[in-house]
Parts: sequence; C-alpha cells; structure tokens
Amino acid sequence: MTSLVFLESADGKIKKTSFEAVCYARGMGGTVVAIALGSVNPSELESAGKYGATKVLHAVDVKLDHPVIQVFASVLIQAMQQEGADNLILANSSLGTPVAAKVAVKLGASFASNVVELPNTSSGFIVKRSIYTGKAFSFVELTAPKKVIAIKKNAAELKEMGGTATVATFAPTLNDADFNTKILSTEKASAEISLPEANIVVSGGRGLKGPENWGILEALAKTLHAATGCSKPVSDMGWRPHHEHVGQTGVKVAPQLYIAIGISGAIQHLAGVNSSKCIVVINKDADAPFFKAADYGIVGDAFDVVPKLTAALQASK
Amino acid sequence: MKILVCISHVPDTTSRISFLDNNTRFDTAGVQFIIGPYDDYALARAVELKETMGASVTVINVGLAETEPTIRKALAIGADDAIRVNAEPVDSFFVATQIAEQAKGYDLILMGRESIDFNGGVVHAMVGEMLGIPSLSPVMKLDIDGTNVKMAQEIEGGKEMVEAKLPLVAGCQEPIAEWKIPNMRGIMGARTKPLKVVEPKSVDKLAVLKKFELPAPKGAVKMISADNVAELVTLLKTEAKVL
Repeated sequence: MTSLVFLESADGKIKKTSFEAVCYARGMGGTVVAIALGSVNPSELESAGKYGATKVLHAVDVKLDHPVIQVFASVLIQAMQQEGADNLILANSSLGTPVAAKVAVKLGASFASNVVELPNTSSGFIVKRSIYTGKAFSFVELTAPKKVIAIKKNAAELKEMGGTATVATFAPTLNDADFNTKILSTEKASAEISLPEANIVVSGGRGLKGPENWGILEALAKTLHAATGCSKPVSDMGWRPHHEHVGQTGVKVAPQLYIAIGISGAIQHLAGVNSSKCIVVINKDADAPFFKAADYGIVGDAFDVVPKLTAALQASK
Repeated sequence: MKILVCISHVPDTTSRISFLDNNTRFDTAGVQFIIGPYDDYALARAVELKETMGASVTVINVGLAETEPTIRKALAIGADDAIRVNAEPVDSFFVATQIAEQAKGYDLILMGRESIDFNGGVVHAMVGEMLGIPSLSPVMKLDIDGTNVKMAQEIEGGKEMVEAKLPLVAGCQEPIAEWKIPNMRGIMGARTKPLKVVEPKSVDKLAVLKKFELPAPKGAVKMISADNVAELVTLLKTEAKVL
C-alpha cells in the first residue's frame, strides 16, 4: 500500500498540520510519499523524512505558488498515478479539504474529512470523524479501494522518527483550463503563529472592554508562543479581524491549551474550542457558562489576572 | 440570472446532541432544526442579488419530508421556488451528486462552507467537480459584473481577492451578507410558492456510516484563586502537561 501526502506550504514553509498528515500516513503502514507544490525551501522538503516519508516529490513550477484547487487536484492525481498510490492523505484546511474532495470525485475514491484517529482495519476500513462541530464523533466505513482522507488539525500526533527522504522533482502536466480562478491580491495578517495550527491559543472577549486593551492578551500570547483569537462579538464590532474569530461560524481550534479571557462561553463559541485538550477560563463573572466547559478557572478581573499570569509564566521559565 | 442555493436542515447551534438505538440514530427529541447557518448567509446573499440586479432564486435541499418547514422558511426569506430531493443526506458525495443532477442551467450555485451536522465542508468542491465549473470556499464577499465574479476568499491567516467567470459554485460564510429574518408577507407568500419533490439518483455507496459516539464527559473545573496564578502555571505544567 502506498499513501501520498499533500504537504501544504506558506511562504516556503511546510505547515505543521501537513507533517501531522505524514505521521498519520505512516501510522497506516505501507509506503509514504509526500508532495509539495510551488516554491518551498529544500530543507523543509527533506524534513518530511523525519516524520516517515521515504520520498518527497516537488512540483516546482511557479504557476503553483498561488493555489488554484482545480490545478492542485490535477497535480495530486498525476502524482498518485506515478507512484501507484492507493490513498491520498492531507490536513483539513480551506485549501486541502476541497482539493481532496475533487480528487476523490475524479478517482471514485471513498472520502472522509475531519478524521481524528487512525483507521480501524480489523474489519473493513473504518475512520472516526469529528461531527456536530466537535459535539460528537461518527465512525464511517470507507469501502472503495482508493481512499482520500483529510485529517483534523492537531488530531494526529506529530512524532519524529529520524528517517530521511529523497527529494525528486515532479513535473506535472498543467492544463491552462484548470486555472479557472484568478487571484487578484492577497492580504495576510502579520501574526507569526497561525491560529488554526497553534499549540496554544489565547482568546479575548467583550470582557476586555475595547481593542485598545488587547496589549495584555498579546503579552501573554507572546510569553506562551501562542496565537491570539477572539469571540464573535469582538470580531463583529471590528475590535479584531474576522480571521481571529473562534467559534461555530469562525475558526475551529484544537490546541493543547486554550485560554479564554473575558469570554462568557456562549455555546456557539464553545463549538469552536471543544476539541482543545485543556481549557483555562478567566472571567470576573463566577456564573459565566464557560467555567462548566473549563479544566481550570480563575474568577477575577482580566486586567489584574492576565498580567500576573504573564509574569508568573516568565518567572517559571 | 438563475441562482441555486443549497440548504442543509440541521440542529440549531444550541442543541444538545444525543443518539438512540445503540448510538446508530440521531435523537431528534427536543431538537429545533434550522437552515444551516452558513447556508443562511448564502441564501441572504442570493436574495440581495435578486433585489439589486434581478435574478431568480431556487433553493434545494436533500432530505426527507421533515425538512419541508426549513425549506418553506427559505422561501419566506425570499427564494422563489424550491426543490427537495427525497432522500436522507447520508454523506457529502451522495448529496453533491443529487445537487449536481439538479443544478444544470444555473449560473450561480451558492451554499454554506459546510453543514454544521456532519462538517464535511466539501459539497461545493464536489458539485464544482461534477459540473466541471470553478468552486471557491470560504467566500466572504461576492459581487457580480456581467459574467465576472469578484470574491473575497478566506485563507488561513488572511484573505485573498479572487476572480472567476460564471457559472461557478461558492461555499459562503460571514460577512457575505446579513442573515435575513422572514417577515409576515414572506411567510404568507411562502406557503404557495412551488416546492418540487424529486426522487434521488442512485449513487454507489463509498462511505457507510456505522455508528456515532459522544465525547467523554468533561471532569469538573478546578478553580484557582486570582491571588495565586502561580498555582495555575504549576498545574498546567505538572497536571495537564500542556506547557
């Protein structure tokens, strides 16, 4: 069995979640071949070997620097054919998941997204998916010989094996008709740590009283190497950009640690964070519903507690 | 212009989720069903386009008869007519196949970025693939000029402005439009708008749902005094082991 893993990259760096997908593929057994598209640092490509890929294909064409899903799907199919791959494994993302779906339709493959565990192959091939926005799981049998699986972020353990991978250039046929969407401009936030991928997330809500007060939250996030997020009202009021909105209709996160500051914990917000391993809630209202969903809670004023927490973390380093 | 809006019929975001029959069936008792929140954004944008540039808006749902009140709500919000594909929406591939079957002849196919029940997030991409037209998601802004469509698409940590030609499929999310609340005139009018029921196309089952599971219950919260935040740091390191 051979699995092809799509390595998604940004600014020449491969995303951590794509390495998680390599680990997942390794966990399935068989041969793992990875593929990166567009400009990617060579050292990044080799590092896929540490996680279990034996070969990394690199489609270097600059036309692939701006992802068009139709084009990416076509390139991945060509790579699967070249490698005789049975499976395509990748990380769930706004790019990867639709690309995966297109590949599945083209190949007549079974498809599952939001997968959280390695398949159970004791009888058939059954994957566990996160559904109802983290409120439940489903077990789905993938019955077609070819399978396309999109892994939920932070669901597969990132574990180095110390292997090495050979890097080979891959020159797919690019069909002009597949470039059916044109990217006019890109606006990227300057945040160093991507929110959906972060190990630690620090989020703020209306309790912070205004965008000018985000400094205390950012200082805490910096100390923890955390990404910053916010509640829906905060992004609706324009205090923070929309892509920081964590919740049912925003970004769903699954970090090791989620720290909620001044967020009451509406069920729609909880839906975006309920896959977090550990939740800390800081709120001055002892009755805030978020405490019921938390592992640790502090009742107190954010403007008092957060700087103290930052100081305590710095002191403990 | 003909717009098709695909809506899912899903439990309200505040619903408690539980299962029956040894975790094989969703328990609908006490659950209120709504138009999927993302689909609701898509519908609102379609109705805005209808009002500003003239268009017909058809809604489509893959579901059994119980979804008709949800479809009627979409008609009350401003869709002109509706199609219900009479089948249980078992998985993304099945649903996409049914939509693609009905979607020929539409210029713009809108839906939410994902349904909030099964969270597949791929029906838009599959429909685009099946029809051989572009699909984009998640789209936060969509404007039409002739056959040119300009969109803002969210990417991780930012957004990009994208252009494509009609016909196309877009998976929508906020802030593409403000949700619309049906008014009394809309609700009255919706009763008599055409709702066509069609039988599903048969599809090879490539993914079979075996059972559900609820997450393990959360332990009780451990409260820490605001005067002793150092204790929190210690617990995060030694007990939760997340630092």
